[in-house]
Amino acid sequence: MFQIENLHASIEDKEILRGVDLTVNAGEIHAIMGPNGSGKSTLANVLAGNPVYEVTEGTARFWGQDILELEPNERAQMGIFLAFQYPTVIPGVSMANFLRMAVGNVRAARAEAEGTDAKLTPREFRRLMREKMALLKMDDSFASRYLNEGFSGGEKKRAEILQMALLEPSLAILDETDSGLDIDALRVVSEGVNALQGPKMATLMITHYQRLLNYIKPDYVHIMIEGRIVKSGGADLAMELEAKGYEKLIGEFAVPA
Amino acid sequence: MVAQVDIGEYKYGFRDEEDYVFKSQRGLSREVVENISKMKNEPDWMREFRLKSYEHFLKRPMPNWGSEAIHEIDFDNIFYYIKPSDVQGKTWDEVPAYIKDTFDKLGIPQAERKFLAGVGAQYESEVIYHSLREDLEKLGVIFLDMDGAVREYPDLVKQYFGTIIPYADNKFAALNSAVWSGGSFVYVPEGVHVEVPLQAYFRINAENMGQFERTLIICAPGSYVHYVEGCTAPTYSTDSLHSAVVEIVVQEGARCRYTTIQNWSKNVYNLVTKRAAAYKDATMEWVDGNLGSKVTMKYPAVWMMEPGARGEVLSVAFAGDGQHQDAGAKMVHAAPHTSSQITSKSISKGTGRSSYRGLVKVHKGADHVRSNVVCDALLLDETSATDTYPYMEIEEEQVSIGHEATVSKVADEQIFYLMSRGLTETEAMSMIVNGFIEPIAKELPLEYAVELNRLIQLEMEGSVG
Repeated sequence: MFQIENLHASIEDKEILRGVDLTVNAGEIHAIMGPNGSGKSTLANVLAGNPVYEVTEGTARFWGQDILELEPNERAQMGIFLAFQYPTVIPGVSMANFLRMAVGNVRAARAEAEGTDAKLTPREFRRLMREKMALLKMDDSFASRYLNEGFSGGEKKRAEILQMALLEPSLAILDETDSGLDIDALRVVSEGVNALQGPKMATLMITHYQRLLNYIKPDYVHIMIEGRIVKSGGADLAMELEAKGYEKLIGEFAVPA
Repeated sequence: MVAQVDIGEYKYGFRDEEDYVFKSQRGLSREVVENISKMKNEPDWMREFRLKSYEHFLKRPMPNWGSEAIHEIDFDNIFYYIKPSDVQGKTWDEVPAYIKDTFDKLGIPQAERKFLAGVGAQYESEVIYHSLREDLEKLGVIFLDMDGAVREYPDLVKQYFGTIIPYADNKFAALNSAVWSGGSFVYVPEGVHVEVPLQAYFRINAENMGQFERTLIICAPGSYVHYVEGCTAPTYSTDSLHSAVVEIVVQEGARCRYTTIQNWSKNVYNLVTKRAAAYKDATMEWVDGNLGSKVTMKYPAVWMMEPGARGEVLSVAFAGDGQHQDAGAKMVHAAPHTSSQITSKSISKGTGRSSYRGLVKVHKGADHVRSNVVCDALLLDETSATDTYPYMEIEEEQVSIGHEATVSKVADEQIFYLMSRGLTETEAMSMIVNGFIEPIAKELPLEYAVELNRLIQLEMEGSVG
């Protein structure tokens, strides 16, 4: 479903990604782990189309189509979703209004691609939104709050997963979704992700710590160092990493300058 | 990022063929002023008031602040009075068909049927249609064009006309006082609450037209009214002038809300004087939306005359290419225990410029005054500009005065965030702008909030490239 080949990207002429290769199939959960500054978040942002990064080489094919030239909204409409590490505040825009537009756009694009009718009436939308909010243990009043304004760390992450639940992506990229969460919030968010995960969806989890993987079990774990995936394995690789620490791994996989 | 966008168009720029009963020559003279008064069969006091005002207008220098573009106004090239029709309709069928068509296109009769208590429609210099719901008429509510009020309620008009805004207040108030025509007269009797809005709509059609409506609203003790005005004009390559005077008296315990959605075409100078006097425990609220015009200079004012009076101004301005919105508010605390709030939001894009200009004045002896000013400016790009001129004249110590001002830019990360959820760049920008003005939009009746959002949407189209 998704193949990244030799992906290079830089910000302000500084190369961050130096040849990432990764293949993700539907139904799989992949974790990308790595020390700070290894390029994990850059990878997430590049895949979602953040224009501050420049792709200098390589491809990222989603259902066979290279997405790297597409606008972020076109990628979203194809079914790519990024849960942000630091969701931005949009003052004065209520969650409900924002979600209605986002869901409307993504559904319309999908309906066009599949030749189906995916229109939601306002009533159906509200019902769907309430259902997903209940899944994430969010109060109804959340819908009328302004997007990420005054949200606690946990509320922001829950709001990201709510968006994911409503947009029903086929590729979900979770960028440090566990950061800043206490155990209770982590459990709620993880349960939400697990409930959404299915045979048609792939998840790419980006995390610094092994902790998240206790709640969302990955099929594959990849270790990223200095802009490359240096080692891949099963869930046990995360355990090994936890035991050894990044220091040792960096020594093993340091890229010659 | 390259976004596919439509080029935004001013939707109301169409024009009608001129078919007028009377059109004055270009330019202003004593004869033009006298002729207006004569055609209206006015009493002597009004003719004299006009002539005094005309003399003052000649003497008075142009303001040396605000927009520099106003010095380009060619007063000799303007038509000061155009009478489109001999009759004023009480039903739309009595209105000349082409004018009715215009108001149909503007959606006025439809809005009237749906959610308004009364409508006044002015075309060029005259109000060509007027209606008021029968039940309100029975309660003694008066809603008339100003000319009609001079004839039918001379004592009431004479008592208040020109008292809140004297003709010598400023150059453009003097001009309006000399050549005024049309506008509304509203009287709400004691204790009467007009629960749905009254609306006036002002349409300029001719090129180089000068529209000078004059509005007077009197809220008797304990009454309430919400008056809404809208305005549009055709797009011409040369300029037109709109210079209104609005005077409001809010008596004890009464509340008046005055909402403007100004959407003149971008060749109109909009230089308006608006002021209310609020008495004991009375509340005056101005909700002022400025989207159109070439230049707007407008600072709705509330003079708080007695304890307990409250003034509020909510102002939103959008300055697109070539526009200067110089808008704000004036709060004059002339009595103790009075309070005021100014909330101003401006958005600038392209070569647009928006200025907040405001005055909070506390007179000696007006203690225990509370006033708070918040002005936020949003810049959509690198070329647009904004500035702030907050004046404070505080002559009393026992007061609480707050002032906050912010300037922000739409952040790239906000655009990216929204686009990553499937919104186009234009949709993302519009959503951010609509969020920015939300605190004001939520104060409007739903229909007007929708209209405001839609107009901003139109302004936003073509703004992203």
